[in-house]
Amino acid sequence: MTDLTLAPNIAGPDDFYAELLAAHEGLTKAESDALNARLILILANHVGDREALRRALAAARHPGTDEA
Amino acid sequence: MTKIFEMPLYPYTRTADQDAAAPVRHTAMIVGAGPVGLAAAIDLAEQGVPVVVLDDNDRVSFGSRAICFAKRQLEILDRLGCGQPMVDKGVVWNLGKVFFGDRRVYDFNLLPEEGHHRPAFINLQQYHLEDRLVARVRDLQRQGAEIELRGGNRVQAVDDLGDRVRLGIDTPEGPYTVETDWLIACDGAGSPIRSMLDLDFVGRVFEDNFLIADVVMEAEFPTERWFWFDPPFNPGQSALLHKQPDGVWRIDLQLGWDIDKEEEKTPERVIPRLRQMLGDEVAFELEWVSIYTFQCRRMERFRHNRVIFAGDSAHQVSPFGARGANSGIQDADNLAWKLGLVIQGRAPEGLLDSYDAERIAAADENILNSTRSTDFITPKSEISRLFRDAVLDLSEHYDFARPLVNSGRLSLPSVYDGSPLNADDALEGGPARTRPGAPCPDAPAGEGYLLDRLGGAFTILTLDAEAPERVSEAGIDAARVALSAGDDPTGALAERYLGAARSAIYLIRPDQHVAGRWPAYDEARIRAAIRRATGQE
Repeated sequence: MTDLTLAPNIAGPDDFYAELLAAHEGLTKAESDALNARLILILANHVGDREALRRALAAARHPGTDEA
Repeated sequence: MTKIFEMPLYPYTRTADQDAAAPVRHTAMIVGAGPVGLAAAIDLAEQGVPVVVLDDNDRVSFGSRAICFAKRQLEILDRLGCGQPMVDKGVVWNLGKVFFGDRRVYDFNLLPEEGHHRPAFINLQQYHLEDRLVARVRDLQRQGAEIELRGGNRVQAVDDLGDRVRLGIDTPEGPYTVETDWLIACDGAGSPIRSMLDLDFVGRVFEDNFLIADVVMEAEFPTERWFWFDPPFNPGQSALLHKQPDGVWRIDLQLGWDIDKEEEKTPERVIPRLRQMLGDEVAFELEWVSIYTFQCRRMERFRHNRVIFAGDSAHQVSPFGARGANSGIQDADNLAWKLGLVIQGRAPEGLLDSYDAERIAAADENILNSTRSTDFITPKSEISRLFRDAVLDLSEHYDFARPLVNSGRLSLPSVYDGSPLNADDALEGGPARTRPGAPCPDAPAGEGYLLDRLGGAFTILTLDAEAPERVSEAGIDAARVALSAGDDPTGALAERYLGAARSAIYLIRPDQHVAGRWPAYDEARIRAAIRRATGQE
């Protein structure tokens, strides 16, 4: 069974958050949506593990339930 | 020049049935002389079963229709004695290009696996395929087989009489009645037989229209499959260009839902559309134009007592992935040997229920694949289009996104996992691809290829193992084909049939699917597997 990491795992959380927002700066809503879609696909491929991805999808869809 | 699809190939002629005092009773009748009906008829005739094919028309299909035939189907046609003429005529292709907007985002090469007699795919117009199937029927007739093609015979009524089926048939000279022990309905997606029996056909409708055009041109386009998402010449929609024999090109253009179909089919509308796509300098001539919509659906059951549905009459898929005619030919391949054994009294009727089990699972697999392709090609929600476009954008730059691009997952044969006909998999270390239920992959064997050695009867394939030359069990004869890993210096035979095992015995069905496999010959288990594979257990 693959665990999905839901404990803090990013060093420098404030910096990362700022980078995430900066990536969207100056973009229209449509461009931002497209960026997010690309980002999800890139990260999903990086994770690769289908079970971890399933758990991530469940955690995003229903935060706080046991499925993740 | 007269086109092949304009020539009557099996014109109506009067038969003795029409002058009989009481309805003549036949053994097997097939409705529909398309690829599925003809393949089933040839298969039955080769087993010595008399068969009559009825068709309301008298010629091959109008327009190219199905154009892409996969390796497994060519292997089935080889078994039916007409694979070579298809391959000789067909166009072999491996390369594809994917375009998004005005950019070519990537190229692919299907890189077919080595060590197979047949290519991964050929492109061949359905009318050429049917023409060669009809030629095979004529060959069999000359050899004395009882196989008959009746053009101009339209079935008007069908009655299940329990132990037989009664058909009312209309002809240019008026109606007549016949009876048949078995009826195979290969009469297409709009199956009149299915309607007459008032049977269900439910599934998902896709609200989209596609313009399909066969264009004759002397163009420099290479022999490749070109697929466009959202091209400048068809904004917001998709397009496909694919080469067929005789300088004919298949063009598919997605048109959307709210269109005037009759208007869009006129040359005044079609030619400017194609000109936009092909450029002003390309000279072309329209051979055939049609507009289609599609559904993904299947019947709940394919066998209804003595009426059995095969091909589009039983299940319908979107055209993406070439799973229509290809899966229909596999239906015929699956059904014909079972029906042959039942008709010859060598297997119980219950064997036919395994046709339902195996081919319904295959239909579900095809529907799943073609539905997914359709969702990718024609996204139906904002978010679905967002991800689709993101995949295409990324595919231009990163390899990882390319497997996510889905412009049709091309037809592969189903593995009948969980089939009631399968014996347990007893070959430790055996390759997964040849597990019970799997179609036998081809491999080099001596001077030729394995599948040509298997033929169309039960076979005991031995690899570096001893076994009797013939086993007869419960009315079934299985002859041995003895091979050794050394018969294929490339190692493909061993890789595909031995894996980590040192020796193997395979029981192979007449449709060349694996029924069971063992490390060594075990008389009792082989006999049990033969009984099981023929519904006698």
